[in-house]
Amino acid sequence: MEKKSSLRSVFLNGIIAENPTFRLVLGTCPTMAVTTSAINGVGMGLAATFVLIGSNVVISLLRNFIPDKVRIPSFIVVICTFVTIVQMLMQAFVAELYASLGMFIPLIVVNCIILARAEAFASKNGVGRSAVDGMGMGLGFTLAITVMGAIRELIGNGTVFGLSVFGAAYQPMLLLILPAGGFIVYGLLLALINVVTARAKKKKEVEAND
Amino acid sequence: MQFSVSNAPHVHQKDSTASLMLDVLTALMPCVIAGVWLFGWQALRVTLLSVVFCVGLELLWQKLGKKPIRINDLSAAVTGVILALNLPSTAPWWMIFVGSAVAILLVKQMFGGLGCNFMNPALAARAVLLASWPTFMTATNTASAYPLPFDTVTSATVLTEGSTFSATTIDLLVGRIPGTIGEVCKVAILLGLLYLLLRRTITWHIPVVMIGSFMLFAWAFGLDPVAGVLSGGVLFGAVFMATDYVTSPMTPLGQCVYAAGAGLIVALIRAFGGYPEGVTYAILLMNIATPLIDRAIRPRIYGEVKSRA
Repeated sequence: MEKKSSLRSVFLNGIIAENPTFRLVLGTCPTMAVTTSAINGVGMGLAATFVLIGSNVVISLLRNFIPDKVRIPSFIVVICTFVTIVQMLMQAFVAELYASLGMFIPLIVVNCIILARAEAFASKNGVGRSAVDGMGMGLGFTLAITVMGAIRELIGNGTVFGLSVFGAAYQPMLLLILPAGGFIVYGLLLALINVVTARAKKKKEVEAND
Repeated sequence: MQFSVSNAPHVHQKDSTASLMLDVLTALMPCVIAGVWLFGWQALRVTLLSVVFCVGLELLWQKLGKKPIRINDLSAAVTGVILALNLPSTAPWWMIFVGSAVAILLVKQMFGGLGCNFMNPALAARAVLLASWPTFMTATNTASAYPLPFDTVTSATVLTEGSTFSATTIDLLVGRIPGTIGEVCKVAILLGLLYLLLRRTITWHIPVVMIGSFMLFAWAFGLDPVAGVLSGGVLFGAVFMATDYVTSPMTPLGQCVYAAGAGLIVALIRAFGGYPEGVTYAILLMNIATPLIDRAIRPRIYGEVKSRA
């Protein structure tokens, strides 16, 4: 096993270096489907964050009791429990958001990010570190899909978080709200982030050589 | 000094990208002139803006990316003219700008420039604009050279079912129907086709097979094949857009498969689809299938013997 990194780097890992959406390219299904507006991104992201933290903590606690052969079904049961909690809470307190996210709340169960973190991190690390990892990954996911939602909403609808930006004369570019536009925005953002990280890496190498 | 080594036969040809593109531009001129005659000076405004945006964006991209400047190969200008001919004459400038940006930046340059684009840039731009601003894309200005009982119509083509517009075959041939700037005048398109064939810029395979396949399947699906060819964009698409070198197969047999597929998809969309017209999507889908067709149908290497299966 690799040497233990600090809690701070575990947290930042999920937001930047291994951002689930832009670096690991996990959970693309909810990314595509719910990012038609910024508020959907925030709602979906926070719901997934809650589930991630909860499932990471419980799975980390149980990591020495779950037999290896049945670990995936066990993880899924734990994740399902938290998804059900989040679903009921959202239905009770933010009914409007719940209605607009619809099917994608129960589908958090099959979100690859959550299972991947359970498998790759929580089942091998202590409770505190797993909770921090869940928080970092969750917030990284939230940040990514909120940015994507904001871009798609801005160009495709002329608003951000429901507030008009360009005024009434703006002719929204409907494509960005449609699935095809989601793929184009996602691709462009991935390309942009790859360019930025490649530049940063090059700069570091040049500095290291000096 | 670098020497390139290649096997015989050594063929000399003075064709260059620029000379081929100039041929295409010349062939497009009848359509541009017909568009101006039918839709008025608005059509010329759209064409000029589109060419300026396309060439300008290509220049900007190559300058900023410190790449060799290649606008002299005229490919961006051809994309600009074809994009303009795919727009209605009422297209606002910002829509033309977004279309040019999609064609040149997103589809062409981001995939590596001329020769690397995976679909026809102008058509991809048309698809994006059609999905984004359907009302702008299907508005047609007809207040010009010929008298029509209306100023503006918002039906895409006479293909729209229940359209109050009825046209005679002569109207369809000359282009006295609503539509985009380039697609309406069939006579101009045929002139362009004739020029391209005489100059051997393209071979007959794609346009003839695509139209033939479309007519066959349209007839099979219970549509009127002749009126189908004469209305909408199938002829313009078959002559100027399906024949794009980069996004069509290399072998004649591959081109026939590609064109037959495109004709079939147009007929399918027109007969059963939710849109009145499907030429854009048909050609784009076959563009994407082109690498597969090229892989399946390879020319036999000279001297190779057919292996017994």
